[in-house]
Amino acid sequence: MATFKMHLLVCGGTGCRASESETLFHNLRTGIIQKGLENEVQVLTTGCFGFCEKGPIVKVLPDNTFYTMVKPEDAAEIIEEHIIKGRKVQRLLYVNPLTSERVEDSKHMGFYRKQLRIALRNCGFIDPENINEYIARDGYSALGKCLTEMTPEQVIELMKKSGLRGRGGGGFPTGLKWEITRASKADQKYVVCNADEGDPGAFMDRSILEGDPHSVIEAMAICGYCIGATKGLVYIRAEYPLAIERLKIAINQAREYGLLGDDILGTSFSFDIELRYGAGAFVCGEETALIHSMEGHRGEPTVKPPFPSVSGYNGKPTNVNNVETFANIPVIINRGAEWFASIGTEKSKGTKVFALAGKINNVGLIEVPMGITLREVIFEIGGGIKDGKKFKAVQTGGPSGGCLTEKHLDTPIDYDNLIAAGSMMGSGGMIVLDEDDCMVSVAKFYLDFTVEESCGKCAPCRIGNKRLIEILEKICKGEGTMEHIALLKNLSNVVKDTSLCGLGQTSPNPVLSTLDNFYDEYMAHVNEKKCPSGQCKALLQYWIDPENCVGCTACARNCPVNAIAGERKGVHIIDQATCIKCGACMEKCKFNAVFIK
Amino acid sequence: MTKIKSLNDLRVIKAEVEAKMNLRERSDAPEKMIQVKVAMATCGIASGAKAVMDYMISELDKRHIPAIVSQTGCMGYCFAEPTIEVTIPGKDSIVFGYVTEKKADQIIEKYILNGELIEGIIPVNYESIDSK
Repeated sequence: MATFKMHLLVCGGTGCRASESETLFHNLRTGIIQKGLENEVQVLTTGCFGFCEKGPIVKVLPDNTFYTMVKPEDAAEIIEEHIIKGRKVQRLLYVNPLTSERVEDSKHMGFYRKQLRIALRNCGFIDPENINEYIARDGYSALGKCLTEMTPEQVIELMKKSGLRGRGGGGFPTGLKWEITRASKADQKYVVCNADEGDPGAFMDRSILEGDPHSVIEAMAICGYCIGATKGLVYIRAEYPLAIERLKIAINQAREYGLLGDDILGTSFSFDIELRYGAGAFVCGEETALIHSMEGHRGEPTVKPPFPSVSGYNGKPTNVNNVETFANIPVIINRGAEWFASIGTEKSKGTKVFALAGKINNVGLIEVPMGITLREVIFEIGGGIKDGKKFKAVQTGGPSGGCLTEKHLDTPIDYDNLIAAGSMMGSGGMIVLDEDDCMVSVAKFYLDFTVEESCGKCAPCRIGNKRLIEILEKICKGEGTMEHIALLKNLSNVVKDTSLCGLGQTSPNPVLSTLDNFYDEYMAHVNEKKCPSGQCKALLQYWIDPENCVGCTACARNCPVNAIAGERKGVHIIDQATCIKCGACMEKCKFNAVFIK
Repeated sequence: MTKIKSLNDLRVIKAEVEAKMNLRERSDAPEKMIQVKVAMATCGIASGAKAVMDYMISELDKRHIPAIVSQTGCMGYCFAEPTIEVTIPGKDSIVFGYVTEKKADQIIEKYILNGELIEGIIPVNYESIDSK
């Protein structure tokens, strides 16, 4: 058998595929074959590298060359120059935004230096469609260890000692959940993997399923062994076609090897997994709603207790864990509880995957040890704010979370600190906002999302959130009063306290946290009828500076509502009553004469 | 596919596939590994660098020495091709010139395994930006 002396890893995550990484992969592979190098160079597709901002990514090993924004037509140059002649293609190397220097290999990239990859250990490293590569990385050995050397109680004890907490947002201790489900007596129990990732801007679970589906399958089997279940179900949203595809391939491969099915690894343990598709309702990420949806009923939550661990899917005890939680488990079993517990902070162990999005240079997927500061994440890994603008806030926890500001930048990130700061860990979406973002609009955006996604079962969430958004709309239009601010606070607390499920109980968080941290901005909207960041259209006025206006008529010709009057070579004036604030005049003016007041 | 019926079967598959993945595993921590860079520009290839590289890869593998063998561009020693640069963790890199398979064997046995210097070392005539 030939030994490959070079491996070309092409990112096959959804982000890179959208930028033609499949064609690129095809071009590289055919190029390699044309040059007769197919026995020397291995070309393969992997999961997400996390550096989605600069995709498609091609990584060349052994020299760790990290090519960014590679186009299909670049394949020939990479083969000709790098593979054959050993010269790196300079123009495709990553450019450090701070020093403008090209970085030769991934070991020198700030983006990767501070990361610690446990849940993402195989993403961007193995071919997710090849079970053998997973096995080579100790895959399924944790399952083997549990089945042959440990009792379910011992495994649960190990999980408890490791300190792993649910990564879906709530942070409930995983070992404890397993213990409770194990204690429930029933003829049939279920393991459910919650892959209904719904926060805006979050794609952690999708990337794990796309890049390393076997880690989730293995962990689900381990969970089945512990709680006494023989059936596993993955509840995944239908909008994740690639993740579904890879998961299906992985389940079939595991079945063919006998790693799923009857008498796994020669023991009497049997376990199999099926998929259930969600239609993308946000509330179905809540475990009781998720279970109802899987049973074929409306995706509406019910009151807990009874908890799913007592009465879940089809009324049987059901253990629901999130994708990222599962992905951590095989490593914890192989490397021990002490190892895992040595990473992170006192009450939050291990690492957390975050999806960095918004006004940040390195948009992408990162995994960092708990206890890292927001500053390190945003400025060192994330490469700072786009276009040199000023950092304003970071929104964590999605529609259930809140905003963290300048003063929280040095707070170590863990479950408890984030809650103390008025936000939450959530599933790991991190949206960075800069000075141009209006915080009232941000609160409105998230509330808009919750109003849309509320299932309507309980009144506080259905009606309360609707009223909240109406108040916010008034404030953004300049019709807000101080009574509105008081009402906003009061109503938010009522919705929080009286809603049925997690969705309503957390939906006013973005409002409360922006009120807390950006009270001045609300005041500017209410009292001065101004939007400091210039986002709320109703509160701005476009004016023409007579000093700068030369009378070129460009603005008047481009105004869609003919709101601008003026003679050629004379100063122009905008009629504020007619102006619809589209900004076309400002865009067309070559003399910087149009300004916002 | 044959079924995996025991933990032992799993280990057999792991051992088989692991070798193919070694290159990726090792690249993850290059600074802890013996690194061999083979100059593979036109002059190097013409003088037989490709054969030397193949030899280094297979021999290091056979002798169970964890190393990363990669190709690089022209090092500038065109008179002494094929040239290879060997970096042992914690030591300065050394460049060997006129490397044949026989010489490569000596480099592995004497320098890599025992730290003995052998003939054909090209004195360093440049500083790399990393050492500044």
